[in-house]
This record gives sequence, C-alpha cells and structure tokens, in this order.
Amino acid sequence: MSDNTDPIITFDQVVKRFGDLTVLDKLDFEVKRGEKVTIIGPSGSGKSTVLRILMTLEGIDGGVVTVGGEPLWHEQGPEGLRPASEAHLRKMRSRLGMVFQQFNLFPHMTVLRNITEAPVKVLGLSKVEARTRAEELLELVGLADQAQKYPHQLSGGQQQRVGIARALAMRPDVLLFDEPTSALDPELVGEVLNVIGQLAEEHDLTMLLVTHEMRFAREVSDRVCFFDQGRIREQGTPEQLFTDPREQRTREFLAAVLDA
Amino acid sequence: MLFGYEWDLSSPLAFAVSILPILLIGMWVTIQAAVLGFLVALVLGLLFAVLKSAPSRWVSWPAAVVTEFIRDTPLLVQLFFLYYVLPEYGVVLPAFMTGALALGIQYSAYTSEVYRAGLEAVSRDQHEAARALNLSAVRTFTHIVVPQAVPRIVPAMGNYLVSIMKDVPVLSVVTVLEMLNVAKIVGDRTFSYLIPLSLVGGLYLIMTLVASAGVRLLDAWLPKQGIPLK
Repeated sequence: MSDNTDPIITFDQVVKRFGDLTVLDKLDFEVKRGEKVTIIGPSGSGKSTVLRILMTLEGIDGGVVTVGGEPLWHEQGPEGLRPASEAHLRKMRSRLGMVFQQFNLFPHMTVLRNITEAPVKVLGLSKVEARTRAEELLELVGLADQAQKYPHQLSGGQQQRVGIARALAMRPDVLLFDEPTSALDPELVGEVLNVIGQLAEEHDLTMLLVTHEMRFAREVSDRVCFFDQGRIREQGTPEQLFTDPREQRTREFLAAVLDA
Repeated sequence: MLFGYEWDLSSPLAFAVSILPILLIGMWVTIQAAVLGFLVALVLGLLFAVLKSAPSRWVSWPAAVVTEFIRDTPLLVQLFFLYYVLPEYGVVLPAFMTGALALGIQYSAYTSEVYRAGLEAVSRDQHEAARALNLSAVRTFTHIVVPQAVPRIVPAMGNYLVSIMKDVPVLSVVTVLEMLNVAKIVGDRTFSYLIPLSLVGGLYLIMTLVASAGVRLLDAWLPKQGIPLK
C-alpha cells in the first residue's frame, strides 16, 4: 500500500486496564486504508483487546482511538472531546465488522437469516436485496448450497466462513479477525484461511487480523505487528519481521511458536 | 345440598355420581385460581428478574431481598397477611382475588429465577455478535435473546404451573370454595369423606396430567432448531 494515504485507524496513547492489570499501555498504532495488518504476540499481550476496542465491545481508559478520521470513543462537544453517546457509537460501529474466534453465529437462525438479519434491520435493505447480497457472499465463501442450514449442522470451518459472510454483508470499511481459526480442528483451518487470503487479495477492504498462524500472517499481510505487554514491541513487513527480527523478545517469541 | 345439587346416599356409586357436579364447580374455581395466580407469577416474576439483573445495585439488591423474603416465608403467612392485614389499611379484595394474588406473589419469586437463568444462558458472545452487527438493544432482546431463552424457560415454568395447582387448596383457609374445600363441606354434611376426597384426588390427577401434557405440547411446538439446550 502507498504511504501517502490517510490512516483509517489510529490509536493515540491508548490505555486499557482490567482492574489492576494494564492491558494496553499508551499504545500508538495506525492502519492505513486498504492495508492488511496482522497482530501477533503472546497471549495476554493485548492483541484481541485492540480489536474489541475497535468493535466497541470494550471501552478505553485513556488516549484517543479514531476510525476514518473521527474519534471512536469520543465525540466533539462544545468544549472539546467528550465520551461518545450510544448514537455516535452506532454510527462508528457501522464502519467495522468482526469475525469472532467462536464464530458467534445465531444458533436459532438459518445461515441465510444470520447473514440477512442485520442488513435488513440495521441498514434497511429489502429482504430481496439482503438475500441477493447474502447469496453472493455465500458464493464467495464457498457455501452457496448451505443457505437453509442451521449453524449446528455445519462444520466449524463452514460456520466461520458464514461468520465472515455475515460481517461482510454489512459492507464495513474495516474487517477485524479475532483469532478466526483458533477454535477450529486443524484440518478445517485451511478452508477458512483460504477465504481470508482470497479476500485480502481481491478486495481493498482494510483488514486487521489477530492470529497464531504465522505462515498465513506472512503470506497475507502488508505489515506484521508484534505485541508484547500492551505495546507494539516491533513491526515491519512480514519478510523483515519473520526473517530478521531486530528485538530479542521477538526472536524468542518466533522461536517458540515456530518450533511448536 | 350444595350449589343446588342434592346428593344421593343410596349407594357409593350413586353418591359419587351425585356429588361430581358439585366437585366440578369447585374444580373450576381451582383452575381459575391456579391460572390467574400463574399469570401473576409470570408477569411479576419477569419484573423481578429484570430488576434483579439491573446494573444499579440500588435496584438489584432490594429486588433480590424482596424475592428472597417471599421465597423464605410460607404461602399461608402471606395469604393471611393479604387477607387480614390489608383490609385494616382499607384494601379489601374478594377472597378469591386475594388467594390468586398470594399464589402469584409466592410463585413470582420462583419464576424470576427461571427467567434469570434462561436469559443468562444466552451467552455474552451472542450479545457481542449482535452489537458488532449494530442490532439495536430491543431487536437483540426480542430476536436474539428471547428466542434462545424461551425454550429453556418453558419446561421449568410448566412445573410451576402444576405446583401452583396443587397449592390452591391452601386458599380454603380464607373461605375460597375451591375443590378441596367443597369436598370437605360435602363430607362434613354427609359424614362420608372417603368418596369426596378420593374424587378430589382423581380430579387433581387428571388436571395435573392435562396441564403437563399441555406444557409438553407447547415445548414440542417451540422452534428449538440449533439452540444448545442442557
């Protein structure tokens, strides 16, 4: 991606605490429009928290996050920034989509209904439009023939592909992937990664991925960020980070996960 | 004679047949009291469940105390309280209404727990997915949470319906002419208790079996496809 585009996501000195534990420690972080960024790092390093803050599932305790140039957790008041209202969060949330580790499909709805529910009820699409959009997306993720099934009738890999289609149906600017293959049986990981890889190649969607699949991170990302103790310890192109990490901590982490 | 029906003491069978219409009148009162009490328990229980899960401790705590108090005091005490104490403060309700209300209040403490468990069984993941898709809070509740909670709630509620039916005879102490009270009056007047009380037992069995079957039918009819139930 070219360097002269404006960042679509920025974290400016963002702090996040859970009780006494500081999960994000004055984090500075940027993602450019269209960029595919992978976040790696040990568990508890704050990787998923970054995504959850962006999806407005977790608030922040300090700093400013912006999406598309507008503050996410704040809005402009007469006397500067003030905490965001639910209306502001709703507006901002529409720019983002999320794919969850546990898929989080609605179990009582068919695959089709899972994908059309929000486009109809939130975006105001007609049922026909939403259905057409859903069918295109199911085609894209290779599940065109599964529309009338319920999530429990599908394999984990298929469920996650529905999860991807459901997020895409809202036409977000940014798609967040929170360890999308961590809950899958090893033989099902490939089909999900293929779909994500294909999306990354063919779409100018901005993608932010938290994953433990190092080989995949290497193939699909424009940039890889190594998170450690609530900060970015090191970042760079996959080539640089995986073959020639500068930091000792990065080297240790890569050695540990690549051996496994 | 009771309710205009004479009893026939010429043979046990004739006696049973002659008092059956009297007991059926009592049974109708029992059913009405149980259904009315159950409806009160369903509405009040939902209210308690919502209050108990309120984010503010100033709301959830008093609600928890009240339901715990209701649950830990006998139905009979609550019934006497409503029937004898409220009129001292100018609130006079007919005995039947007082009784149904007492049943409803007692059981609301139980139903509130059923609601709470049912709603909490819908995992945080589901709420997060709905939020990520920007579904409104109302839409999330009505279309994501409730459809997944109801199949978990119905069987337990059915048990309480049967249970409430079996508690209706308590209302006889405040003069409600429900089935057991009616049978006792027949016994008192004829000095024959065996047949009226046996009939009450039999009619109760029929009533509770029908109610259980109704709940099972409702449960079978509910869409449960894909919802992980324990």
